Amino acid sequence: MSGVQHSPDAAMPLDTARGAHGVQPALWYTAALALLALLLPFLEGVPVIGWLASPFQRIQLTYGLVFSIAALAFNLLLGYTGLLSFGHAAFFGGAAYAAGLLVKYLHVYSMEGFLLAGLTSATVLAAVFGSVCVRYTRIFFSILTLALSQVLWALALKFFWITNGTDGLSIPTPILLGGLVGTAGDKVRFLSFTYYYYVLFIFFICVAVMGVIAASPFGKALQAIRDNEVRAQFVGIGVRRYRWYAFVISGAFTGVAGALFAPLNGLTTPDILHWTFSGKIVFMTVLGGFKSFIGPILGGVAYNYLETYVIKTTEYWQMLLGIILVALVLVMPQGIVGVFAWGSRRERRNR
Amino acid sequence: MDVLLAQLLNSLLYAAVLFLIAGGLSLIYGVMRIVNLAHGSLFALGAYVMAWGISRVAGASGAEPAYLIVLLPVAAAAVGATGAVVEPLFLRPLYARAEEYQLLLTFGLLLILEDAMRYIWGATPLTVSPLWASFGSMHVLGATYPRYNVVVILLGLATAILLWAFVFKTRFGVILRATSQNRRMAAALGINVSAVYVQAFALGCLMAGLAGAVIVPIQGAVLGMGVDALILAFVVVVIGGLGSLEGALVGALIVGLVRTIAIQYFPELELAVLYLIAAVVLITRPAGLLGRA
Repeated sequence: MSGVQHSPDAAMPLDTARGAHGVQPALWYTAALALLALLLPFLEGVPVIGWLASPFQRIQLTYGLVFSIAALAFNLLLGYTGLLSFGHAAFFGGAAYAAGLLVKYLHVYSMEGFLLAGLTSATVLAAVFGSVCVRYTRIFFSILTLALSQVLWALALKFFWITNGTDGLSIPTPILLGGLVGTAGDKVRFLSFTYYYYVLFIFFICVAVMGVIAASPFGKALQAIRDNEVRAQFVGIGVRRYRWYAFVISGAFTGVAGALFAPLNGLTTPDILHWTFSGKIVFMTVLGGFKSFIGPILGGVAYNYLETYVIKTTEYWQMLLGIILVALVLVMPQGIVGVFAWGSRRERRNR
Repeated sequence: MDVLLAQLLNSLLYAAVLFLIAGGLSLIYGVMRIVNLAHGSLFALGAYVMAWGISRVAGASGAEPAYLIVLLPVAAAAVGATGAVVEPLFLRPLYARAEEYQLLLTFGLLLILEDAMRYIWGATPLTVSPLWASFGSMHVLGATYPRYNVVVILLGLATAILLWAFVFKTRFGVILRATSQNRRMAAALGINVSAVYVQAFALGCLMAGLAGAVIVPIQGAVLGMGVDALILAFVVVVIGGLGSLEGALVGALIVGLVRTIAIQYFPELELAVLYLIAAVVLITRPAGLLGRA
C-alpha cells in the first residue's frame, strides 16, 4: 500500500497455507461452517444438532462472533506484526462507550450510528495511542498499551456523571438499517434472529477485509517486520509507519466488535475497558492459535462457550482460564488450530 | 505547615512501598529480561499471608508491635519461596522461546494467583489495623504522625541501602551483575546461571512480599490490590528505567509525590496524570530517567 512497491510474488495466499498442506480441507471446513452459521436459525427442529440452534445458543454464538472479530483484529498485531498489546480493551470498550454516549446524549438509536461512532472513536483512539506505542516493541509496547488503556478505564470510572461509573450506560434495542428490518417483538427473538444475522453479516465482511489485508503486500510487509525488523528496513519498509498502520487497523476493527457488543450486552460497564478484558482478548487469540489467520475466530467462539459454561460451574473461573493459558503456552502454543493441523498430519501419514 | 508535612510523609510512605514492589520487578527484569505480570499478585500474597498470620497469632485481641518483627520476615520469605517454585517450574522452559510467551504465561499465573487468594482467604478484606494502632503516633517537627508509617518509611530506606550493598558490594552481587550483562559469558566462566535465575527471581518476589506484608496494617488485604500495584509499579519502572534499581527508587519517589499531590487537588485525574508523566518520559527518554539504553 501507500507508495511502497513490493515484488508481486510477495502476495501469497493466507497464512493457513503455511507448510503447503491442509489448504484445501481448511477452505472446505470454513465454507461448511459459514453455511451452517447461515442456516442455523432454521435448524432448530433437526434432531442431533437442534440444541445448537436454540435461541440461547444463537445468542451465545453472536457473542462468540463479536469476540472473534476483536481477536482477529488483535491478531493483526500479535500474529502478523509481532506486537503483544495489553490495551485492546480501550478500543473495544471505547467503541461500546461511544454507542452508549450516543444514546445518552444524542438519543440516536440507529445501529449504523453505533457502528460509525464506534469505528470512528476506536480509530481516533488507536491513531493517538499508536503514535506513542509503536515507538517501542516487545515488553515496552505491552506496558504502554496497558497503561494507556488503563487511563481510559480510570476516566470512565471517575467521570461518573458522564459514564454512570460502575453502573454503566444502558443501550436499548437499536434500529437496524434505518428501520428496514423489523425490530418489533421480544428482545430474545430480536437478538437471536435479526441481530444474529446482522452480526454474522458484519463478521463475514470483517473476516474478508482482514483476510485481504493479511494476504496483501502490506500484510506480508508486516510479517517481514515481525520476523526481522532490520531486514525489513533494508528492503525499504518504513517499519514504524507500518506498525502504526497495523495498530490503527487493528484498533478500528476491534472498535467494530465493541460497537456490536454494546446492544448485544445491553450495557457497557468499565469492565470492558479494564486491562483484564484486554487479557481476555489475548487469551482468545492464543486459545485459537495466533500463528494462523483463522485461529482467533475459533478462539473467540470457543472462549465464549468456555466462559459461559465454566462460570456456571465454578466461582473460580479466572483460575481455570489461567491454568488453561499456562497449559497452552507450555504444551500447545499453536492453540486449537495446532491440534487440527496435528490431526490432519497424522491422518496423512497413516494414509 | 502540619498538613504539608503530613502529606510529604505520606508520599514518602507511598514511595517506600512502591520502591519495594518496583525494585523487585526491576531486579527480575535486569537479571532475567522477564517482566513478571504476576508480580502485583505476589505483593498481594504477601499482604494476605501477613494478615492471616497476625490474626492467627494475635487473635482478635489486638496486636503487639513484636508480632510485626516476627511475622514480617515469615510473610516475605513465604512469597520468596513461591517465586523459587514458580521460576524453575513455569518460566525456565520458556527462555528459548519468543518473549510473548513469557508475558502470556505470567498473565496466566496472575489469573491463577488472584483466584487462589480468593479461594483461600475469601472475598472479604482482611484487616489488621490494631497492629497499626498499637504503634501509636509521634511528633515530627510539630506535626502528629502515626509511628507505624514512619517505621515503613525507614524500612523502605533500609531495604534500598541493603539492596545496594548486596548488589554492589557482595560476591553474589558481582555474579548477579555479570549474569545480567552477559548470560553466556557468565555461564562460560563457570557461574551456575540457572541457580542465579532462581535466586534473583526469589529475591524479587521476596521484595514484593515484604511490601505487601508491611502495608497490610495500614490498608488491609483486599482482592484486586495486586493488579493495582502492578500497574503503579509499571509506571515507576517506566519513569525510572526498567532494570535499574536506582531508577526504581527515583521513580517511586516521583510517583509517590505526584500521587499525593494529585489526590489532594484533582482526584479524578490521579491515574491519568501518572500515565501522562510515564508517557512523556518514554517519549523523551525511552530508557527511563536512569535506565540503560
